[in-house]
Amino acid sequence: MSFLLLIEQVLNGLQFGIMLFLMAAGLTLIFGVMGLINLAHGSLYMIGAFCAAAVAAATGSFLLGLVAALAGAAAAGALVELVVIRRLYDKDHLDQVLATFALILIFSEGTRWIFGSFPLFLNVPDFLSGPITLPGGIEYPLYRLTLIVIGLLVALGLYMLISRTRLGIQIRAGENDREMIAALGIDIAKLYTIVFALGAALAGLAGALVGAIQSVQVGMGEPVLILAFVVIVIGGIGSIKGALVGAILVGLTDTLGGIFLPEALKLFLDPSTATSVGSSLASMAIYILMAAVLILRPAGLFGARA
Amino acid sequence: MKFLTMAAAAALAMSLSSVQAEPVKVGMITTLSGGGAGLGIDVRDGFLLAVKQAGNEDLEVIVEDDQRKPDIAVQLADKMVQSEKVDVLTGIIWSNLAMAVVPSVTAQGKFYLSPNAGPSALAGKGCHPNYFNVAWQNDNLHEAAGAYAKDTGYKNSFILAPNYPAGKDALTGYKRFYDGELAGELYTKLGQTDYAAELAQIRASGADSVFFFLPGGMGISFLKQYADSGIDLPVVGPAFSFDQGILQAVGDAALGVKNTSQWNKDIDNPTNKAFVEAFQAEYGRLPSLYASQGFDTANLLLSAMAKADVKDADAFRAALKEADFDSTRGDFKFGSNHHPVQDIYVREVIKEGDVFTNKILAAALTDHADAYAGDCSM
Repeated sequence: MSFLLLIEQVLNGLQFGIMLFLMAAGLTLIFGVMGLINLAHGSLYMIGAFCAAAVAAATGSFLLGLVAALAGAAAAGALVELVVIRRLYDKDHLDQVLATFALILIFSEGTRWIFGSFPLFLNVPDFLSGPITLPGGIEYPLYRLTLIVIGLLVALGLYMLISRTRLGIQIRAGENDREMIAALGIDIAKLYTIVFALGAALAGLAGALVGAIQSVQVGMGEPVLILAFVVIVIGGIGSIKGALVGAILVGLTDTLGGIFLPEALKLFLDPSTATSVGSSLASMAIYILMAAVLILRPAGLFGARA
Repeated sequence: MKFLTMAAAAALAMSLSSVQAEPVKVGMITTLSGGGAGLGIDVRDGFLLAVKQAGNEDLEVIVEDDQRKPDIAVQLADKMVQSEKVDVLTGIIWSNLAMAVVPSVTAQGKFYLSPNAGPSALAGKGCHPNYFNVAWQNDNLHEAAGAYAKDTGYKNSFILAPNYPAGKDALTGYKRFYDGELAGELYTKLGQTDYAAELAQIRASGADSVFFFLPGGMGISFLKQYADSGIDLPVVGPAFSFDQGILQAVGDAALGVKNTSQWNKDIDNPTNKAFVEAFQAEYGRLPSLYASQGFDTANLLLSAMAKADVKDADAFRAALKEADFDSTRGDFKFGSNHHPVQDIYVREVIKEGDVFTNKILAAALTDHADAYAGDCSM
C-alpha cells in the first residue's frame, strides 16, 4: 500500500465524514434544543435529493437544484414541526419515536406516489465532474473535493451562527433552560420551528450533494440516519462540535477500516477468508468505536449531560 | 326424445368443459414498496399483461406486497395457502425471501413458479418437483460474464460484490468461467452507497478489467462514481445493474458497459416484439428483464392450464415441465431440476434518442444450464 493511496483514502474518509456531519448537525441540534428524537431526519435527506433531482431535470441547472433542495427540505421540516412534532415535545421518547417512524412511512410512500418507484437521475454538474491532479500526483474527483470544502464552510457558518448571533444565543439558552428563556419573552414555539427547519435544510443539502454521486431513490435516507445517530452518540448529544469530530472519526474509521482490516488479516489468514472476515469486521468497526467511546466517556466526546 | 338426447349431450358437454375450466387461483407475493419496488412492479406488470392478453376468466390473481421482508413474505404465503386457498404461488424477487417461503409452500403441495430469485439451495439438493424457476439460477448471469471476460482476453480482473449469499454466489459464478488472475477481490457492505475507497483500490491494483455485482441503488452509485473517478478500465456485470428501470438514473456513466442477460428487447422473435410493443402501450415505459420474466411466468402457467387441471397435480406438473409456450427469449426449456436451459447474451448499454437501453452483441453461453443440477435427485 503506497503512501499516495493512503492519502487518497484519508481524503475519502474525510469526505464521507463531512457529509455525515451535515446530517448529524441537524439531528443533534434538534435533540439538544428540543429534546426530540427525530427518526424522520432521513426522510428530509431524501426530500432534499428528490427536490434537487426534479428541479435539476426541469431547469438543467445543478445549482438551482441545490437551492430547491434547501428550500424544499426546510419547508417540509417547518410543516412537519407545525403539524406533528409540536404535539410531541412534552411526550416521552417512545411516543416521539413512534410518531416520527410513522412520518418515515408517510414520506416514503408519498414520494413514491409523486415520483414513482424507479430511481431518479441527478448527476454531478459538468464544471465539477472528472478528476483533478493534486500535488504529489494523486488523481482525485473534483466533486468530492468540493463536498469537503462545502461541508467545512457549513460547519464554519454553523459555528458563527451559534456563537455570534442573537439566534445562536437563543438556541444555546434553549438547550440549557427552556422555561427561563420563555419567561424572558422569547417566542419558544417560533424558535423551535426555526431550529427544526434549519436542521431539515442541512439534511436536504446533504441529500442533494450526495444524491449526485449516489442513487436518488425512496428509502435512501435510512442507512444514513443510522450512521448519523452513531455520530451524535460519539460526539455527545446536542454538541455541534461533537457532531463534527464524531462525523470525521466515523468517516475515517469506516473508510480506512474497510481497507486495512482485510489487508492486516491477510498476514495470517488465506486471502479469501481474510477478505470475507475483514469485510465483516470492517462493517462493525464504527460500532466498536462507539462502544469504546461510551465506555471511556459515557456522555460522548463533547457531551454536557451524562 | 330427440330433445332429451340433445339436452343430455349439452349437459355432458357442459360438465366436460367445466372439468377443464377448473379455475386456478394464483397468489403473487412481490415487492411493491420500499427501495426494491421497481423490480416487483415490473414482474407484476409483465405477469398481469400476459393474463390480460389471454383473457382467461378461469385465472384469478391475488397480488400482495412483501415489503422486501422475509417475515412478511412468510405471513402472506400462509394467508394465501390457508385462507385464500391458492393453487399456485409466484412473484418473489429476493433469494432470502424465496428461501423463507418456497420450501414450505411446495411441501404443502402447492406449485411455486419463480419469476426471479434462483438461489443455489433450491437448484441443487433442495430442489422440489413443484418448484419451477422461469428466470435463471442465481449464478447464471455471472457465469456468462466470466465466459465473456475469458473470451475477450481479460487476464487480470478486479471483482467485487456485496457481502451476502447472492454476492458470494456472484463472484463464485464469475470465477467458474473466468480463468485469468485476480487483481483484487472485495466484498462491500450490503446497501453501501459510497465506493470511493474501493475505487482507489481498483486504481492502484493494476487490473485490466472490473467485474461487479451491485444490484439496484448500489450499482447506480458505483457506476456514477466510477465514471467520475477517471478510471478507464472496461467494466462487466450482470444485467441487474443495467436494467431498464435503473439505466435512466445512471445516465451517460453506463454508456458502452457490457452486461449479461438472458433477455433483451431486441431478441428477434415475434413473441418478444409483440411483448415489447404491448408493454409500452399498456404502461408507457420500456419493459425490463424482470417484466419479461413475469410475462413468461404467466404464459407458462396459462400453457399448463390449457393442458391439465391444477387439482391433478401430476398432470399439471407434467404440463408445466413441457414448457409449451412462446417465450420472449425464443426457445425455452427446463433442465432436470426445473431451472431454465437457455442462451445468455452479452449486451451493451446504448442511447436510443433520449432513452438509455441495451443492445445484444453476442451470445456468451448457449443452452446453458446450472452447476447444481447434478445435486438434484429428482
